[in-house]
Amino acid sequence: MAKRIDVSDLNVYYGSFKAVEGVSMTVEPRSVTAFIGPSGCGKSTFLRTLNRMHEVIPGGRVEGKVMLDDQDLYAASMDPVTVRRTVGMVFQRPNPFPTMSIYDNVAAGLRLNGVKNKKTLDGIVESSLKGANLWNEVKDRLNKPGAGLSGGQQQRLCIARAIAVQPQVLLMDEPCSALDPISTLAIEDLINELKNDYTIVIVTHNMQQAARVSDRTAFFNLKATGEPGRLVEVDDTTRIFNNPSQQATEDYISGRFG
Amino acid sequence: MSTVTGVSAADELPGPDGGTPLRGDRASTGRLGDRLFGGFATFSGVLVIAIVTLIAVFLVVQAIPALTNNSENFFTSRVWAPGGEKPAFGVLEFLWTTVAASTIAMLIAVPVGVAVALFLTQYAPVWMRRPAAGLVDLLAAVPSIVYGLWGLIVFFPVWKPVQQWVEDKLGWFPLFGTAGITGGTIAFIGVVLAIMVLPIVTALSREVFDQTPATHKEGALALGATQWEMIRTAVLPFGKPGVISAAMLALGRALGETIAVTFLVSALPDGAKWTWSLFNGGETFASKIANNASEFSNPSKTGAYIAAGLVLFVLTFVVNSIARIVIERRKAFSE
Repeated sequence: MAKRIDVSDLNVYYGSFKAVEGVSMTVEPRSVTAFIGPSGCGKSTFLRTLNRMHEVIPGGRVEGKVMLDDQDLYAASMDPVTVRRTVGMVFQRPNPFPTMSIYDNVAAGLRLNGVKNKKTLDGIVESSLKGANLWNEVKDRLNKPGAGLSGGQQQRLCIARAIAVQPQVLLMDEPCSALDPISTLAIEDLINELKNDYTIVIVTHNMQQAARVSDRTAFFNLKATGEPGRLVEVDDTTRIFNNPSQQATEDYISGRFG
Repeated sequence: MSTVTGVSAADELPGPDGGTPLRGDRASTGRLGDRLFGGFATFSGVLVIAIVTLIAVFLVVQAIPALTNNSENFFTSRVWAPGGEKPAFGVLEFLWTTVAASTIAMLIAVPVGVAVALFLTQYAPVWMRRPAAGLVDLLAAVPSIVYGLWGLIVFFPVWKPVQQWVEDKLGWFPLFGTAGITGGTIAFIGVVLAIMVLPIVTALSREVFDQTPATHKEGALALGATQWEMIRTAVLPFGKPGVISAAMLALGRALGETIAVTFLVSALPDGAKWTWSLFNGGETFASKIANNASEFSNPSKTGAYIAAGLVLFVLTFVVNSIARIVIERRKAFSE
């Protein structure tokens, strides 16, 4: 069910401000691609264009093309709601719905899709929580509020919620930046398992994390302050961290700036 | 005696073992500023509680002599003759009119008010939100006598044919039966009250809907929720306690509204036949008391009106308590 993402010549704007310029890249199915780069270089912005979440911010729009296998995500006939049902997202801060129980949080997306059958829901909630390595910790308190879990558990709950609707692609926007090292490890292990079924794109500020979890790494940077962000290079993670082809990448990963 | 006059924010932090908060922590509550402010806050809090208690005591004390002399059942009688040797009075009619008119007001004002608030926070173009919200707040500032005048002069002629139409088509249903009232009816009062309390519901609901964290909204949208589905999964659940509070505040105003209602009701003649019709006239607690303020000539007569006021007080209190319970019950799910 995982699909390939093909981006060509993408510019992202907020109103008249050009935030990201000229990104072209391919993300292979069943792989993990990490986006790294200094703050404000547009990597999160670019990530959000992959499920059209950037449009939530007033004035957000793109030029260029994003293909999901043979589907054009920005075709005139394409509803952003459909895109988001195919391309799931996990955010920087865990954001379970505070008024819902653990069970209802996971079932929320399914219910939006019109799944009402209790048996079906039970089955998918269980398999999603197992898929997010959370089942054993919460199986006895499925009806308790999701907000009562620890930060790491909440983030895994959000992952369970995202995979419950069986997306083609899973986008993760710095999913571990609000978590402690142990919880981070749990999420990273999970990412390793999830890539058997999903195409995963993860934004991270933590270069060790990018090196640990990803197959490919894309380095984003600003040409200069005030200029739009752009993709410097994208390559196999081992190459990016050992022998990058661009000087800027070398400087960044060796800690000379950023 | 302890010199601690207030509780500091540090007292709410969990203890070193992550357990219960260190309630005994006296972090910086002993300095002059803390003592002054803490003392003032405590005094104000105690004062309010004392005032409410004293009002209740006043009402009860004044009502008891009249109630013991009453020769009718206070709750089930429709007679109102508190004067004379043998006072006889009951509040059934006022209770019915007050509750029926307020219920109508809430049935209209809450859904419409919430819808307006959702429009202002979620649907309206950004440039329009603040001015429109200001306009709604302005509605809340219109004095109730103006609503009374407007209701009588402008709205009543519009309302009359609508009421006639419902009477003709649905008159077989007890609530819509013909009662032969030419002036303002319970239903009419209810609609005017709805317009009066609408801005209260809207203003408070708008406030809470506006505070829905963006992360919750984005969480719903990222799952593939449409605008309305996002509102249903993120905005409404987040705002629910606020909407309930808003509704209760509005209900309190509707139950106690005096001037506009006094202006618009049609008092029933003594011995009028009982009917369930909302197109009947009748006095509310507030309008009955206001209309007869000139009659407070002796303690027993006054006591009857005070007893009626007491019922209104208790009614409002019960409504607020129910709202509190509803909010508390879901507390674990609202943080």
